[in-house]
Amino acid sequence: MGIIQKSQIKSPWILHFCNSSCNGCDIEVLACLTPLYDVERFGLVNMGNPKHADVLVVTGPVNYRTARVLKNLYNQIPDPKMVIAVGACASTGGVFHNCYNILGGVDKVIPVDVYVPGCAARPEAIIDGVVLALQKLSKAVGVAK
Amino acid sequence: MSDQVLNQVLIAIIAVVVAPFIGGFLAGIDRKLTARLQGRYGPPILQPFYDFFKLLGKSKIATSRTQFIWLISYLVFMIACLVFLVLQQDLLLLVFLLGFAGISFVLAGFSTKSPYSHFGANRELLQILSYEPILLLFALAVYAENGSFMISSIMENSTPLLVSLWPVFIAVLVALTIKMRKSPFDISTSHHGHQELVKGIMTEISGPYYALVTLTEWYELVLVLGLIALFWSNPLWVGILIALAAFILELLIDNINARVTGGLMVRICWAAALVLCVLNILYIYFMRGVA
Ligand code: SF4
Repeated sequence: MGIIQKSQIKSPWILHFCNSSCNGCDIEVLACLTPLYDVERFGLVNMGNPKHADVLVVTGPVNYRTARVLKNLYNQIPDPKMVIAVGACASTGGVFHNCYNILGGVDKVIPVDVYVPGCAARPEAIIDGVVLALQKLSKAVGVAK
Repeated sequence: MSDQVLNQVLIAIIAVVVAPFIGGFLAGIDRKLTARLQGRYGPPILQPFYDFFKLLGKSKIATSRTQFIWLISYLVFMIACLVFLVLQQDLLLLVFLLGFAGISFVLAGFSTKSPYSHFGANRELLQILSYEPILLLFALAVYAENGSFMISSIMENSTPLLVSLWPVFIAVLVALTIKMRKSPFDISTSHHGHQELVKGIMTEISGPYYALVTLTEWYELVLVLGLIALFWSNPLWVGILIALAAFILELLIDNINARVTGGLMVRICWAAALVLCVLNILYIYFMRGVA
């Protein structure tokens, strides 16, 4: 296993995108970055720029307006990339599933690697999701244990 | 004679190979210490190296063809500066080379179409406008003290520069803050996870190109700390300790300050350059005239 592959699972930079969530999940995502949970100890950094990101963290259901934005962001992330859908809404549409403007979960638009359940998803669950995504990535690049 | 040349080539090669490791390690300490200061646990010390190699493995998304050339020239000029330093060459030329390295980075920012990248490049220009006079006056002060721009003359001088040039030292510390991209002067781009204007000049630089910039920044860090070590070059280990103390001080300043506006930064830096450096140089000449 090469040093690049090994590094790939040690330095996931995340891009946080809020579709049309109620902001509950967003606050939980940001809570992960606070001193209490401090995800930077796994090398996670919250990037404001899709071109620097490795992991796309999406909250909230996709509506007709954000679908295009989401696709655009996804395409701007250089490979290899991972997508994590955080919360019930991002996974399936959640409480918004039958609204007139909602397409449904994030997987209606882009491929999703990990679904994190909860309304709102707890920070522990989100960290769990990121770890799961990294395990999946390490399998994909061939450094799985 | 040829032995000497060989020796110099060897020194240059060792410096070029070792500098990134020192720079990356210092960057790791930076992140750990910053995290501790913010009450977090922080990433492992080797995290910058993980980031670097990960970035090398990302796919290339180039938004302009010339960007790559400017980034390469940024790296090459920075390495040239470092070689100048370790071979104890002309300080004035080193400052000019450093200026050109900075300009290359600005041009890399301007070579894309993104307005955020342009904003960052403009702000990087402001930063160059701020620190370049300080470094230039530093070189002039060394000339006033030693009668030569050569770094070798500093190394030979038994009284440390810090004794007579301590105001210039303070001004160079201000320049170090800008060079390390630390608050309050991290206006073009910053090392923290997020900032306004997307990511400033780095917005369009991604994947392996980002790794290239990271590498250059490590060289830059070693170079600027080396310049600070010159203030106490006899014995050199005292100078290196001073440089490391300055590095820690910058981290402290970074964490207790908010970012200032570009205009204020230029004013602060020029005040430092004009008041501290110019008065210091004038004082040296005055004392020499009296004696
Ligand atoms: S899952 Fe719950 S908390 Fe999260 S965005 Fe949907 S409604 Fe809000």
